[in-house]
Amino acid sequence: MRRTFKAAMGAEVAALALLAGLASAQAGSLKIESWRNDDADIWNAKIIPAFNKQYPDIKIEFAPSAPKEYNAALNARLDGGTAGDLITCRPFDASLALYQKHQLDGVDGLKGMDNFSDVAKAAWQTDDGKTTFCVPIASVIAGFIYNKEAFAKVGVSEPKTLEEFHAVLEKLKKDGAYVPLVMGTADQWEAATMGFQNVGPDYWKGEAGRANLIAGKEKLTDPQYVAAFKEIASWAPYLGSGFQAQTYADSQNLFSLGKGAIYAAGSWDISTFRGQAKFAMGAFPPPQPAGTTDCYISDHTDIAMGVNAASKNKEDAKKFLEWLTTPEFATIYANALPGFFPLAKTPVKVDDDVAATMVGWRQTCKSTIRNSYQILSRGTPNLENELWNVSAQVVNGKLTPDAAGKQLQDGLDKWYKPAK
Amino acid sequence: MPRAKLAGLLLFFLGPAVAIYTLFSIYPLVATMALSTYTSDPSGARYFVGLANFETLLGDALWSKPFWNALGNNLIFFAVHMCVQNPIGIALAGLLSLPGLRFKGFYRTVMFLPTMLSVVIVGFSWNLILSPLWGVAAGALKAVGLGSLFAPWLGLESSALVTLSLISVWQFVGIPMMLIYAALLNIPEELIDAARVDGLGHFRIFFHIKLPLVLPTISLVSVLTFVANFNAFDLIYSVKGALAGPNFATDILGTFFYRTFFGNQLQLGNPTMGSAVATVMFFIILVGLCLYLFLVQRRIRRYAF
Repeated sequence: MRRTFKAAMGAEVAALALLAGLASAQAGSLKIESWRNDDADIWNAKIIPAFNKQYPDIKIEFAPSAPKEYNAALNARLDGGTAGDLITCRPFDASLALYQKHQLDGVDGLKGMDNFSDVAKAAWQTDDGKTTFCVPIASVIAGFIYNKEAFAKVGVSEPKTLEEFHAVLEKLKKDGAYVPLVMGTADQWEAATMGFQNVGPDYWKGEAGRANLIAGKEKLTDPQYVAAFKEIASWAPYLGSGFQAQTYADSQNLFSLGKGAIYAAGSWDISTFRGQAKFAMGAFPPPQPAGTTDCYISDHTDIAMGVNAASKNKEDAKKFLEWLTTPEFATIYANALPGFFPLAKTPVKVDDDVAATMVGWRQTCKSTIRNSYQILSRGTPNLENELWNVSAQVVNGKLTPDAAGKQLQDGLDKWYKPAK
Repeated sequence: MPRAKLAGLLLFFLGPAVAIYTLFSIYPLVATMALSTYTSDPSGARYFVGLANFETLLGDALWSKPFWNALGNNLIFFAVHMCVQNPIGIALAGLLSLPGLRFKGFYRTVMFLPTMLSVVIVGFSWNLILSPLWGVAAGALKAVGLGSLFAPWLGLESSALVTLSLISVWQFVGIPMMLIYAALLNIPEELIDAARVDGLGHFRIFFHIKLPLVLPTISLVSVLTFVANFNAFDLIYSVKGALAGPNFATDILGTFFYRTFFGNQLQLGNPTMGSAVATVMFFIILVGLCLYLFLVQRRIRRYAF
């Protein structure tokens, strides 16, 4: 009898200890949900310590998931009530849905929100623009990163127009020492994000075309969209052999090992290359199609952070979000993660030269975001998914540019009826 | 035994299993079926819609086209397993059970090893092996003078699905091998000796004596393969992602379900429609199992020695 009593006592003590542990985990501690598992070191070594200098009592844990599982995992955790206090927000509908389900709080009342322009906030606002539910953190810019040694060896310089771009590719191919253009289609999204959305804005005139597409005034079967597909279709002869089975990681390795000359890039690649590549790199914006004068870049609002409506520690969460609006955070972030560009109005000095080049395009070119992101990927079939599929097929030579435009527009017509 | 005591014993021995099985298998299944009769609006509220989700899934071309595509791919996936995995499994088991074979334990372990690896590691390794950039496959083919046969198999619509099926066969061939091997060991020595006295060689003994005796095990292996294949998901997802490219050439019911239920990139998850897909998957497996039970299992005769 005494033995069972002792065991029961032991169990009780253990249970109490567990409860006490849980309670202490809640007071003054925050958990961040994110898909940026690549950045865990930077959050733990630079960003969180900088925050703790001002707020030493708030413990923060950065708990990322794998990028492709993030949406599913986050939704499951939010529905089950086990999600972290701070939620890294994807742009547009994924986060809007969370706000509509009352899983994210509004952030308009936070100090420092006036440090962001309307464009910066647009990706995390309700359709009427009245409520913002995440604090913008960063955008990413698409373009081309190149191997300066390869260019010097072959004797070419940064192309300004598509004609020059093709001449450079042709020269690199003749030389044969480098894969002229590094991009694969196995994962499909590169063809859409670093292909179509990269060179496309010059054809559809950036924001103007994007707005017209949403308003129903332009269709994806229009010449400007088909021309963008034609351009990426013409890349196939310059890609590495077997590019159909080349994954994104393969492309990154191929380029950072110095075997490729030009890499169809997102600025987020810079930090990867900085850690691995041993050669000098440069970057040029999407070369312009013949007969155009204005240039456009895909400057995509990509990352923000909001507070879980069910968080038990909203006070501290808000303190952290307010700190995210400060120039101090913007400077740390921009330089810890070259290639993720802060969205705050206060200018930030970027030390990395490739990153500085890319963010410099904002001065000469007009920024736009990916045209499939706002509103147009709300229905079934999902425009973004379709875009990945058809872009990869166009590069693979399995679908003509005209057929690609038609497939996208047909899919959109099935559920999207814009007011005309 | 008094009735009450019997009931008490039943409860004691079966109760925990029934309770756990009900909680973790039957309840989720019923809940999924119930969820498939609802739809939800942006605020997350759910409305009962009866069988409308199934009508959409099978009647609306937007849904039925990917659904039939996935089902067709699943059948190919299954066919490759049946035509390649089982014969190889039987052959390996036959070789292993040969009397006088040395290093049996070693072979058995080596051939069973891939089964214990994580699917993600298997997918990653084969991705590297077959990679046109740094894979050893191209070089190996070239070394034997077949270099021209190499293609980016995992990236072509025509070959991606069969390639993935063969990777899966490579990984799981150990399971039929072990089950059949165990059955072969159970065959009494007297039967084999009698056949040998009658003048049969190893090959004919295998085909005329051993193989008929292990047929029940082979049919069991087949039905296990069927259930595993129609539930498959992880290998395709880890190698090709949720969009199962190129152009959905490797999309099977598992990936189709994942995309529908959890969403992908900008596509938001649709739990109610996803449940409908899961329910249909359940019925496909159920029908397959029933067919097997009525057409095959009843006719199998087991030999008792």
